[in-house]
Amino acid sequence: MKTRLATMAVAAVMAAGPVMADLVFPSLSYRTGPYAAGGIPFADGYADYFTLLNERDGGIGGVPVRVPECETGYNTEKGVECYESTKGEGSLVYQPLSTGITYQLIPKVTADGIPLHTMGYGRTSAANGEVFSHVFNYPANYWNGASVGINHLLDINDGDLSGKSVALVYHNSAYGKEPIRTLEELSEKHGYELSLLPVDHPGQEQKSQWLQIRRNQPDYVIMYGWGVMNQVAIQEAANIRFPMENFIGIWWSGAEHDVTPAGDAADGYKAITFHNVGSDFPIFEDIQEHVVDKGLAAGAGDQIGKVLYNRGLYAAMLAAEAAKTAQEMHDTADITPAMMRDGMEALEVTEELMTELGMPNFGPSFSVSCENHGGPGLGGITQWDASAGEWSLITDFMESDKEVIQPLIKADSEAYAEEAGVEMRCN
Amino acid sequence: MSDQFIFGIEVFLNGLMAGVLYALVALGFVLIYKASGIFNYSQGVMALFAAATLVGVMKGQVPFSHLINAIFGTDVHYFGWHLPGIVGILLTAVVMILLAWFVQRFIFRHLVGQEPIILFMATIGLAYFLEGFSDLMWGSEIKKLDVGLPQGINTWIDETTFGIFGYGFFIDNLDIVATVVAALLVIALVIFSQYTKQGRAMRAVADDHQAALSVGINLNFIWVMVWSLAGFVALVAGIMWGTKSGVQFSLSLIALKALPVLMLGGFTSIPGAIVGGLIIGVGEKLFEFIVGPMVGGATENWFAYVLALIFLVFRPQGLFGEKIIERV
Repeated sequence: MKTRLATMAVAAVMAAGPVMADLVFPSLSYRTGPYAAGGIPFADGYADYFTLLNERDGGIGGVPVRVPECETGYNTEKGVECYESTKGEGSLVYQPLSTGITYQLIPKVTADGIPLHTMGYGRTSAANGEVFSHVFNYPANYWNGASVGINHLLDINDGDLSGKSVALVYHNSAYGKEPIRTLEELSEKHGYELSLLPVDHPGQEQKSQWLQIRRNQPDYVIMYGWGVMNQVAIQEAANIRFPMENFIGIWWSGAEHDVTPAGDAADGYKAITFHNVGSDFPIFEDIQEHVVDKGLAAGAGDQIGKVLYNRGLYAAMLAAEAAKTAQEMHDTADITPAMMRDGMEALEVTEELMTELGMPNFGPSFSVSCENHGGPGLGGITQWDASAGEWSLITDFMESDKEVIQPLIKADSEAYAEEAGVEMRCN
Repeated sequence: MSDQFIFGIEVFLNGLMAGVLYALVALGFVLIYKASGIFNYSQGVMALFAAATLVGVMKGQVPFSHLINAIFGTDVHYFGWHLPGIVGILLTAVVMILLAWFVQRFIFRHLVGQEPIILFMATIGLAYFLEGFSDLMWGSEIKKLDVGLPQGINTWIDETTFGIFGYGFFIDNLDIVATVVAALLVIALVIFSQYTKQGRAMRAVADDHQAALSVGINLNFIWVMVWSLAGFVALVAGIMWGTKSGVQFSLSLIALKALPVLMLGGFTSIPGAIVGGLIIGVGEKLFEFIVGPMVGGATENWFAYVLALIFLVFRPQGLFGEKIIERV
């Protein structure tokens, strides 16, 4: 009996062997809880891209990809538990889709040598690779988003915002407060008047803030919201007849489910983005053929082409390209988290590559370096067409104001380095 | 009149309207607590479940379609009908009665005579069960709820106040509807509890379970009835809040808005829920208007709970609650 058990155990270990050789990209998702509406499409896009690579290309560099999913419920403690329970599987990169989880994971991933990619969220100053060796937030961060929003306002005001007023309606949390410093600096530079309107979690009740907007009549409103706060804000803006084309949300306030509850009243609402929208790209034909038609689509398969699905797809594509870069750099297909980090730091995304991947003009061209983990900080503006029920990109990807943002990143990251005793790299 | 004073009147009126919406949620808590001594933690989730069911029924969505499709490999999502709002509301009310029966039959019937804390814990379990059940039944995406209620600024009030003050007040049509509905609901509940046999039986159970049993009142029936009424109140609250924000998980968090209302108005008083809601609504809005700008804003939740805490210290039973003195 003992011999049989031992034989079975050895067989099980041997059978488990090939699994260890998979490239593991854990998905710390949230399909339940108050933020599930945002978590589901992102997780589906992330999973579907890797399924596509497995089905069409046999994985990355011939090695199959595995995407273990762990439900965080957007809860920081659960997110950390997910990290701890999956990191031993050879996980190559984490993308927790939560600023709270990101802050908890930064010291852990650095100690464990596993890269963390927080695309458009997380700790903004992690863009400084000299301080944050294992954290990446390319291609854009919160401060880039704020600056892109102001640049768009400059564009539609012939480059002059003096005498204009801008109100920031923000989630009263670390995330929502991120753009304040940038917008304050930019208000000094461009002469607009900035007013701040915090909204308490979860944001179901915003009457006070929108009555204030109605009284003060700012020329523009910028929103940093998430979850129910977005839907309520857009409805309240419609109620007070605030012109939707003057209402701009950050990329976490610009998905289909943010605008549809308000119906036609949301027509013209704008959002900042760092990737393209819609499903008019060749890659979606491949997803249909190799993923959907085979019954392998993640979730219910009903999120394809939505804004946050595309973001998950884009995040997975950047992770896969970094893995390919790592494979080439280290001349091995079975890469480790350390090699993956090197690949992310050497990542170069060109328009030729995007076209080759079936994603022309899906996101900006950029490269990552030891010093710059934040990418180019480019962003575009999308606008909601309620009658067509779709978002469209109405500008090119434009530069953010590096003159203002870089000193802020430098100051914040260096303060972190001093506090955490981090030695500067990249010399 | 100064501009600030005029703005203050507008804030006051909007606070009253917000208070009515809070009171709608608080009413469900009061009904169950009054009749059974159970603090129903799941009241907010019941509002979410009711609203999701209403949308699903109106759209002709197949319940548990994701589960059915995953198990049987089918691709069914909709029955192909679209029901008017009133029919949807009636069918959802039936579902809420079934839920009340389920809750009584499978949970609280087995917990008769248990400590209040056990009953409270059971409602926490029920809340989590309903959250998952709702997602499984109707999906977790955000749903637009449209039963034909008007939304947006009331132009008559806007123009009239503009004529008087030179500044048009903003009052949301939906809030006006909510106020009328809440008033009708309270009147109906009062008439029901005062003038019907079942209502009097409900009050008897609320006063003394044992005495009610001894005169032949069927406790199980009364509790199913009370949970059904709370379910209907949750449906009304779900419609009002769901119309504003879409039907989504966060609807379950509106219970947080009801807690200070209950602490202030008392857990056992229907008028207390209304008055408490109005005080909290007006208080938090005026505080945000006057003090908010000095301290960085977002004071509403803080103020509501601090006000409730102050009331608790000086009047633990709330404004209209019953003072219970237990002699040793």
